[in-house]
Amino acid sequence: MIQYILRRLLQIIPVFIGTTLLVYFMVFALPGDPIRALFGDRPPSEAVIAQLRQQYNLDQPFWVQYGLFLKNLFTFNLGVDFTGQPIAASLGRIFPVTVMLAVEALIIQTVFGVTFGLIAGLRKGKFFDATVLVASLVVIAIPTFVLGFVLQLLIGVQLGWAKPTVGANADWGNLILPATVLGLVSFAYVLRLTRASVVENMNADYVRTATAKGLSRPRVVVTHILRNSMIPVITYLGASLGGLMGGAIVTESIFNVPGVGQKLFQAVIRSEGPTVVAIVSVLVLVFVIANLLVDLLYAWLDPRIRYEN
Amino acid sequence: MTDNITPNQDTAPAQEPAKGAVVLEVRDLSVDFGVDKKWVPAAIGLNYQVRAGEVLAIVGESGSGKSASSMALLGLLPSNSRVSGSVRLSGKELLGASAANIREVRGKDVAVIFQEPMTALNPVYTVGAQIVETVRLHNEVSPEQAKERALRMLELVELPDPEKAFKSYPHQLSGGQRQRAMIAQSLSCDPKLLIADEPTTALDVTVQAEILDLMRNLRNKLDSAIVLITHDMGVVADLADRIAVMRRGIIVETGTAEQVFRNPRHEYTQALLAAVPHLGQGGAEHGEEVDVTAALAAATHAELDSVDHEELVRRERENAAALAAAAAERPQGEPVLELTDVAIEYPKQGRVPAFRAVEGANLVIYPGQVVGLVGESGSGKTTIGRAAVGLLPVAAGTMRVVGQDISAAKKNGKQLHHVRRHIGMVFQDPSSSLNPRLPIGESIGEPMFLAGEAKGSGLQKRIEALLDQVELPRSYRNRYPHELSGGQKQRVGIARALSLKPKLMVADEPTSALDVSVQAKVLELFQNLQKDLGFACLFVTHDLAVVDVLADRICVMQRGRIVEQGTRDQILRNPQEPYTQRLLAAVPLPDPEKQRERRELRAQLLASGVE
Repeated sequence: MIQYILRRLLQIIPVFIGTTLLVYFMVFALPGDPIRALFGDRPPSEAVIAQLRQQYNLDQPFWVQYGLFLKNLFTFNLGVDFTGQPIAASLGRIFPVTVMLAVEALIIQTVFGVTFGLIAGLRKGKFFDATVLVASLVVIAIPTFVLGFVLQLLIGVQLGWAKPTVGANADWGNLILPATVLGLVSFAYVLRLTRASVVENMNADYVRTATAKGLSRPRVVVTHILRNSMIPVITYLGASLGGLMGGAIVTESIFNVPGVGQKLFQAVIRSEGPTVVAIVSVLVLVFVIANLLVDLLYAWLDPRIRYEN
Repeated sequence: MTDNITPNQDTAPAQEPAKGAVVLEVRDLSVDFGVDKKWVPAAIGLNYQVRAGEVLAIVGESGSGKSASSMALLGLLPSNSRVSGSVRLSGKELLGASAANIREVRGKDVAVIFQEPMTALNPVYTVGAQIVETVRLHNEVSPEQAKERALRMLELVELPDPEKAFKSYPHQLSGGQRQRAMIAQSLSCDPKLLIADEPTTALDVTVQAEILDLMRNLRNKLDSAIVLITHDMGVVADLADRIAVMRRGIIVETGTAEQVFRNPRHEYTQALLAAVPHLGQGGAEHGEEVDVTAALAAATHAELDSVDHEELVRRERENAAALAAAAAERPQGEPVLELTDVAIEYPKQGRVPAFRAVEGANLVIYPGQVVGLVGESGSGKTTIGRAAVGLLPVAAGTMRVVGQDISAAKKNGKQLHHVRRHIGMVFQDPSSSLNPRLPIGESIGEPMFLAGEAKGSGLQKRIEALLDQVELPRSYRNRYPHELSGGQKQRVGIARALSLKPKLMVADEPTSALDVSVQAKVLELFQNLQKDLGFACLFVTHDLAVVDVLADRICVMQRGRIVEQGTRDQILRNPQEPYTQRLLAAVPLPDPEKQRERRELRAQLLASGVE
């Protein structure tokens, strides 16, 4: 078991080098000159530009730039971005907000997705099931930015149930609206997965055995149907966590959340290689570790799964 | 909780069974299923009763309603069903009882043992947790007491290490152990009635014999009433006191086991009994019936209490004479299949190392010969069948098929392609081995078309001829597999295998998914075709009685090795290997009296210490 975890953790190294290299190269290959772009319409003197280039190692060939980046990374010196702020500090500001947002979205989609999916599965073919299926399809079909603006207007502005924007001081309370929007699409998938899994397990032989033992319906549902149905759902939830962390750009923009998505977007626009790669590296770590946790959870949920050494 | 069952309480009442109070009384029980807004009857007006300490076997083929009617007793049918009539458990009406009352009865007064212990136990909980769940549901006991009780039940069902079994998950136990655990769970609340739904169907014969022994012991110890649902006449003969034969939802005959086997009155019962392959009776032209019991007794020097000594000696002598008179093998021609010291491996996949499934196999099949390859699950019999067609690589030794050495043949290479044209293969599950999207005519014609043997109207003629050969109407060729019954599908499978006029036929359990009466017809067809066309055949099966009907030679496999081979007479009349003897002793005979003799013999065999 420990051997397995170690092996999985070691796998992070090639994944990490591969992704950072790829992302760094993509930013490097972006057209345009990031330094000139900084100054907009009033170009500075060539001497200033040359000096800035040297400061950010932009005058070096790609491999040297990448090598310097790796070296800095392993000495825990992420450097400064083009506005002169230390990257590490801004990561420290934006990640807690995004983690809060993602976790809140994850909780919302899990609680509601599993509950509705379970009920729909148990009442397969009935009115509730049909309604929920159609509704989830609608949610999947509507783009996030439409959903985001509509909910912002409706719940945030007209009804005033939640704050329409988040701003600098993000907390669990004012993140509820963006978290709902962020979680809605995954919610629909969780619901459908749970439903399909429940429908399949409902007719399993061991459920009939549980009934024949004299268990009440609620106990059969919770201990025998739900538990066994959670296995595919957990896999999806783990994979979706990465998406929630890194893919919240639209939602964060709509609700003005000072999180990873916004920062990443700005950094890409400015061709700020070090910032982009730093953010992506953390996201890669989150993704890999989330998947490892899912695999461990898997073995706990389903004892038939054993890790080969 | 009453503590009247402990593992060492062997002094249970020795009185005759079937004299207890009536436990279950079923009157006019009817079950219908709603299909496409119509009620389709599954059981019609059933009447029967079961007494304490008595085993009632409900026998029938698939679709007879035997399972549905029994599940109806406890309200375990899906919601699209309708049940009417009366079911009384010790005088208390169960049909129409409130949900809470029915729940009280389930698991406590009436327990069920299901067919497939792998799927009937929840894979994510330990065996112990599931038994404890049952115990605590119906008894006010602490977790420790419940655990103690569960351990005692696991001991009662003769699991070798109850502590370990308690902590095991279902997939960590073997099939037989799982079924024991299932039985332990069923018995954990001292049920008055036990419903056993095909309890041994998914198990190997030797394991089946053990479970049947266990159930017989428990019946004597516990004095419960047992309803045994099965399609297997051998199992019925082994266990049942009384029998109800069901067909198409109706009980066509009831009686004591003795009456039904000795003197079946209804023609369906007669047909059913005639269709059951009876070990020792196969192939009239092979010689007269083999008295397997006497043969085993002779081979192991056993004495039977239930059989008169003189009588046994006479029967043994008869066997020996028949064996001596049996035609010696007359192999002729070039072997069609020849295995010399063959080892077969499942190649390694990723981190899973290669698995050697067969080792040191020697086997020869001459033209026109049928060789039965018999063994239990995991013995490697199917592996040999697959390797003969080149689906698995040969790891060591040489394998010659129709004169060509394919041991070193490349996967999907030209050589295998060529060799396969001379081999026909029939698979176990006719439903999944036919492409559901092709009309059966095309399935049959495909090999010929691909081999370039025929096309256009020539091909159509060949397809028609093949349909004639397997006795299917020509008009069926435009039908799809789902429109055919299981037996018809297997006929299509045979026709497809015959389409290239193979020299060798590899048949992998072709009849084990079929009902006995259908199996009998398919086997008869197969036999006739083999005689007419003269192909050699490797017939892989777990069922000794089927091999007995068909095979000239029998090979017995155990754990990847061929432990014994010989002519049918040599194997049945004079089995030498302990494993063969045990296998022969484990096959239940559809005859209560003979089965009693064999039980005694089997007990002696096991007691004499053969592993």
